[in-house]
Amino acid sequence: MAGLIQEASPTTGEEVVSNYTINFGPQHPAAHGVLRLVMELDGEIIERIDPHVGLLHRGTEKLIEHKTYLQALPYFDRLDYCSPLCMEHSYVLAIEKLLNVEVPLRGQYLRVLFAELTRIKNHMLNLGSHIMDVGAMTPNLWLFELREDCMNFYERASGARMHAAWFRPGGVRGDVPLKLLTDIGDWVDTRLPRLFEDAISLVADNRIFKQRNVDVAKVSKEDAIAWGFSGPMIRASGIPWDLRKSQPYDVYDRMDFEVPVGTNGDCYDRFLVRCEEVRQSARIIKQCLAEMPDGPVSTTDRKVFPPRRAEMKSSMEALIHHFKLFTEGFHVPAGEVYVATESPKGEFGVYLVSDGSNKPYRCKIRPTAFSHLQAMDFMSKGHMLPDATAILGAIDVVFGECDR
Amino acid sequence: MATVLHSAPRFASNEGVKNTLAGALGAMLLDAKEEHGEIVLTVERDRIEDALRLLRDEHDYQQLMEIAGVDFPSRPERFEVVYMLLSLTKNHRIMVKVTAAERTPVPTVTTLWPVAGWLEREVFDLFGVVFDGNTDLRRILTDYGFEGHPFRKDFPLTGYQEVRYSEEHKRVVYQPVDLPQDFRSFEFMSPWEGADYVLPGDEKAEPVPPAPNARPMVEPSSGKTSEAKPETRGPAPVEVKKTTDKPEDVGYGEATDKKAAKKVARGSTDATIAGQGHGNPTPEATSLPDPGVPDPTEDRPAKRPRKSKASDSETPPEPKPRSRRKKTGGDS
Repeated sequence: MAGLIQEASPTTGEEVVSNYTINFGPQHPAAHGVLRLVMELDGEIIERIDPHVGLLHRGTEKLIEHKTYLQALPYFDRLDYCSPLCMEHSYVLAIEKLLNVEVPLRGQYLRVLFAELTRIKNHMLNLGSHIMDVGAMTPNLWLFELREDCMNFYERASGARMHAAWFRPGGVRGDVPLKLLTDIGDWVDTRLPRLFEDAISLVADNRIFKQRNVDVAKVSKEDAIAWGFSGPMIRASGIPWDLRKSQPYDVYDRMDFEVPVGTNGDCYDRFLVRCEEVRQSARIIKQCLAEMPDGPVSTTDRKVFPPRRAEMKSSMEALIHHFKLFTEGFHVPAGEVYVATESPKGEFGVYLVSDGSNKPYRCKIRPTAFSHLQAMDFMSKGHMLPDATAILGAIDVVFGECDR
Repeated sequence: MATVLHSAPRFASNEGVKNTLAGALGAMLLDAKEEHGEIVLTVERDRIEDALRLLRDEHDYQQLMEIAGVDFPSRPERFEVVYMLLSLTKNHRIMVKVTAAERTPVPTVTTLWPVAGWLEREVFDLFGVVFDGNTDLRRILTDYGFEGHPFRKDFPLTGYQEVRYSEEHKRVVYQPVDLPQDFRSFEFMSPWEGADYVLPGDEKAEPVPPAPNARPMVEPSSGKTSEAKPETRGPAPVEVKKTTDKPEDVGYGEATDKKAAKKVARGSTDATIAGQGHGNPTPEATSLPDPGVPDPTEDRPAKRPRKSKASDSETPPEPKPRSRRKKTGGDS
């Protein structure tokens, strides 16, 4: 070795080309929202990435402090607008933990059923856009068909296609018609596997798709733990960690499902983990439909959950309860809890501090994308510029949740 | 421990964990409690890094999931910084917290977990807690060039600046917040549950205990156990006295006053504002003589002019409220 030789640029003669910095976003189709990445490049190799988040910061947590517990619920739909019911899930469980209120079995089954439907809905969007980010168009269109179906089911249950606000402290807002359950059953049996497997078969073994994803952004187990990974990201790195299995909530402990785990910790593994999760979610949905008991869907504790409309027409007490719940709201005992559930993107947590009044004193939301995006820098170091979109697609980031 | 009825995530048992960890932390520990199935350890601020290192290396809390800031303005050290730890191997969660003031930096834990970098930046951005040793303590969620720390309790919900696109300047402009109606926050201290009303001059009444409003503040983190205070939804211990001293608390204020001043006075002709008054026209002065009493006819003899004041008044007399139902002859 003859000492340090400074590499001369082939195009500019003697001049040495130094690194340069570019802006990726905040308006970029592959940025999945408003993400600004300040990239330092050496030719086409990424040297450093500084993600700038917060462009969609709306101060949700501050707004929640000024609303009653029930009024704050719809804000959660608007966090991760690709999986709204899973956002609500953490929040209602946190309130229920403070109140120590029991949810009837049918309510728990319905929540799990719709949480899994939400997981499918979320993965349809993410898998599709990940595929599209690396250049394939068709699967995205097919997967959006399925996403649309999920939203129709949402609508039939809650009346809203996206922002359902259907999980409530103490249960779910209302029971679902039997026809909806049979339709979901038919859909899971026929339409979902047909369309989904068809779309995935186009890319899963596709040479170009593999070239773009295999060995891109490999994350070891140690790194995954240190960077606070969760959900498909930590599972792709080979850690079988799923809150539905290890810390079951609602009736997940009655469900029989597998936790897919990656071996390589790269973008391709993250993709495959999500694909398998869709199949497992379908399994859970089938079990929910088969085992769901009859009965009430929400608690009968009228200090928490409002009475039925018909009851209000005949009972003075029901009317008073209804009035009090929708004006003052319920009071939650003082205390603090941190409740985290397995949202489609990872651990979504709610740290709820109550001072005993009818409004949360503090509601800290633990987004999944925040820690994943922070690892963007070390994950993409040394990769090519086009890999950044693949990495971003595999992280599965939605800015409504990341920026809050 | 009360029976667990809720269906929130069930992790490994808390039994004995608090005492084990309290013993391990030793002098670093200030307070340990178990409430609502959550273990919360309060440690000395300056030794948080040592405490978390101990918990990570010796007690298998491998992951730092979240750092949350909480603001209690009434305390001498107003901020709480809460670290949520997760053990993947023991399947257990704990919370570790420290207190801090505006000017007392908290040692960084980026040396233990790289993920702490952004989490600390967020707490710094939103609360203004300074993390000593964090080399990249920039704002993260708020706007470029933002001033203040928005999640402090004394920061108004509406903020100070608003942003809009100005057609005139052809760019986005910042301007002070101007709301058509001030932010309203409603009083929820129920008179049935909380307030005590003392009749003025009622000396014979028993001396009442101080009203819950004036009670010493019960904070969620005061070291009480769940046995000491059963979970009831009784009178709410309210942290901040909820009164409506300031006009903006009830929605009054400059903006509302301005709007109220626009209200149409009765009898004014200005009936342009919809829904304000009846717009009864003010009688204009004309040169015509006062019509006065009509001439007598055969059927109706001349009437003496009334001595009432009504005829002198400038505005026409109020129309009589119509009787709700006309008496019909069909009534028996």
